Amino acid sequence: MDFELLIGIFPQVFLDGLILGFMYALIALGYTMVYGVLEFINFAHSEIFVVGAFVGVEILLTFQAAGLLALVSPFLVLLVVLLLGMLASGLLAVTVERVAYRPLRGAPRLIPLISAIGVSFFLQDAVRLVESVWRNAFNLVYPTMDTLNIRFSLTETIDVSVKSLVVIVASLLMLWGLHALVNRTKIGTAMRAVAEDQAAASLMGISVNRIISLTFLIGGAMGGAAGVLFGVQYSLINPYTGFIPGLKAFTAAVLGGIGNIPGAMVGGLVLGLLEAFAASYLSLLTGGAFGAEYKDIFAFSVLILILIFRPKGLLGEVVRERA
Amino acid sequence: MDERQPQARMIKALLARPLPAAILAIALLGITAYAVSHFPRSIVAFMLFQASILFLYFAAMPSWLKGLLTAGTLGVLMPVVGSINGYYLEIAIQVGIFVALALGLNIVVGLAGLLDLGYVAFFAVGAYTWAIFGSPQANQIFGGDAFPLPPAWFFLFLLLGVGVAAGAGILLGLPVLRLHGDYLAIVTLGFGEVIRVLANNLDKPINFTNGPKGITPISRPPIFFEPVLRAVGVDPNPNVVYPLYLYFLVLLIVGVTILVNRRVEDSHVGRAWEAIREDQTAAQAMGVPLVRMKLMAFACGASFAGAVGVLFSAKQVFINPESFTFMESIGVLAMVILGGMGSIPGAILGATVVTVLNLQVLKGLSLWLNELRNAGVTIFGWSLANLPTQLEPAKYERMVFGLILVLMMVFRPQGILPVQRRHRELHDGAALPER
Repeated sequence: MDFELLIGIFPQVFLDGLILGFMYALIALGYTMVYGVLEFINFAHSEIFVVGAFVGVEILLTFQAAGLLALVSPFLVLLVVLLLGMLASGLLAVTVERVAYRPLRGAPRLIPLISAIGVSFFLQDAVRLVESVWRNAFNLVYPTMDTLNIRFSLTETIDVSVKSLVVIVASLLMLWGLHALVNRTKIGTAMRAVAEDQAAASLMGISVNRIISLTFLIGGAMGGAAGVLFGVQYSLINPYTGFIPGLKAFTAAVLGGIGNIPGAMVGGLVLGLLEAFAASYLSLLTGGAFGAEYKDIFAFSVLILILIFRPKGLLGEVVRERA
Repeated sequence: MDERQPQARMIKALLARPLPAAILAIALLGITAYAVSHFPRSIVAFMLFQASILFLYFAAMPSWLKGLLTAGTLGVLMPVVGSINGYYLEIAIQVGIFVALALGLNIVVGLAGLLDLGYVAFFAVGAYTWAIFGSPQANQIFGGDAFPLPPAWFFLFLLLGVGVAAGAGILLGLPVLRLHGDYLAIVTLGFGEVIRVLANNLDKPINFTNGPKGITPISRPPIFFEPVLRAVGVDPNPNVVYPLYLYFLVLLIVGVTILVNRRVEDSHVGRAWEAIREDQTAAQAMGVPLVRMKLMAFACGASFAGAVGVLFSAKQVFINPESFTFMESIGVLAMVILGGMGSIPGAILGATVVTVLNLQVLKGLSLWLNELRNAGVTIFGWSLANLPTQLEPAKYERMVFGLILVLMMVFRPQGILPVQRRHRELHDGAALPER
């Protein structure tokens, strides 16, 4: 076995894992926030993420058609796209909650979950339908912006592109912002109160419905941001892109302890790193018998193992069991 | 319930009286079957025929008569209709396959209340069991050229498929027993994906599944009654015989599935499952062995999928991992929920409606839209020829499944044909709080 090679690729794999991990962390926040408040897996969150990616690509393609991409600073363009993507995804998440989840509050647990699966499936094809009618294609490619593709060489073996740095910085900023929002503002306090006890919170004068909508708005916006960043980083998107990242992000949320916001960030990073290493090293270590295609299995096995041995996750916040 | 709708009341009154109901049912079946024979390509005619079978189910009549009529319809009328238009027989076979799948999932989800989002994995296990040994594929594993096994082994594998799938069910059940509700759902989803990824990638280091290329040709069951056919003077042309043969095999499996389901539902095992579904803690306190019962539910549900999987691989002659995606699991789940969780007639109806929707209605709409497009019809001054070619209803089955799931959960969580007990419970007992 070539140890030189194994060690040589380590920093690059670590960096790739980190980027993937931030992506997962951003998506995982949407799952974890909703779970924290409603104790329910918002299965449609992966589609909220995809819608963000599609809004992003549509705006970029419009800019490109108008010739704006060459004129304006790419960072400004990216900021606009990111904000609009977040807005669209956030509003969609709120709408979905209003239409498909709110009427089911208080129903047996499986019922809203099934409804969420339905929403997820519906949205996948809805995106496809809209794009088919609009562009006559639904596999879209993010337009490239030259500045974002510049690569710095950190050392001889590692190089990092500007867009990867953008992804990392944007994720860090958003994670920090969310943390501050939840822990230092009045709205954050209200969210935590609703998560703790809805009835008591409403007695304290908190409008539970509004806080739940807000939770979906913020979680959705994070998902939308992740969608845009995903598009910028990996270029190719289609309406069904969200399924696997969504599932991984959910795994990340469980890994960190679902309902726990710092946990989702940690879980995302850990899973991203694990997966990057699995993808690069599995084939090297097994002499090519098992390749990167097993990385998904790897992630699911991690999920199952955590649920069996540490159901409360790494930063285990005790989730109450509803009898 | 239907006081405001006089027509509905009239139909109900008519259905409740044996003699007119029986006459009407027979007349409807006859007329629609005749219509199909006259307009073999008309989807509407075939759907009316299906609707009259549904009518037969609701019509009140002595059970011997109903049994006789059902047997006559499914055993004679349907094959005749199917030999007029082969596609209808294909639809009937597909419906049968999905009915058996839905009934299997109904045990896990409907009775035991364990949401399984990876059900199609067991179907895949069954299908690959026969596919590997019923085709030259097994030679890749063991060497030599002993395979494919002779077609007669198919029947043994039908049983073996049941066993292997049940084993897989227990294998999945064991580690996840401690999980509840939505966690369980996600893990089963993961399991389904794992099975699919394995099927997709186990073409190396040892070639088990032939990867994404799939396995073909898979042996079909032997026509053991060929001498009989010759003796009667019927042409044993495989192209004619096989669809009918497979149809009756499916019918047999569905029959066995229904029988087992009904027996299980009323047994102490079925009661235990329902107790677990309603309140696990209370059930445990009353002495229901949770571990054993949950494993049993998984194994039992999986076993049906295994048997159907074996049949499916023989019917298709070719299988690849594409047939076993998450999409299929959700499709079967949509069938169970549409019909009513825990209800046997519900699962049958749900499977039929969803399959017909997919194979006939959406496909029909696609064809129709294409015709309009090619004819260049204009609506409000806008030519349909400008419609993107990607706009084909048949490609949007996810949308349909999604809508079904959401609408059912919001407006009628108990399903179309709910179990009476479940119906009451969702309506009076655990009624949704008013907002």
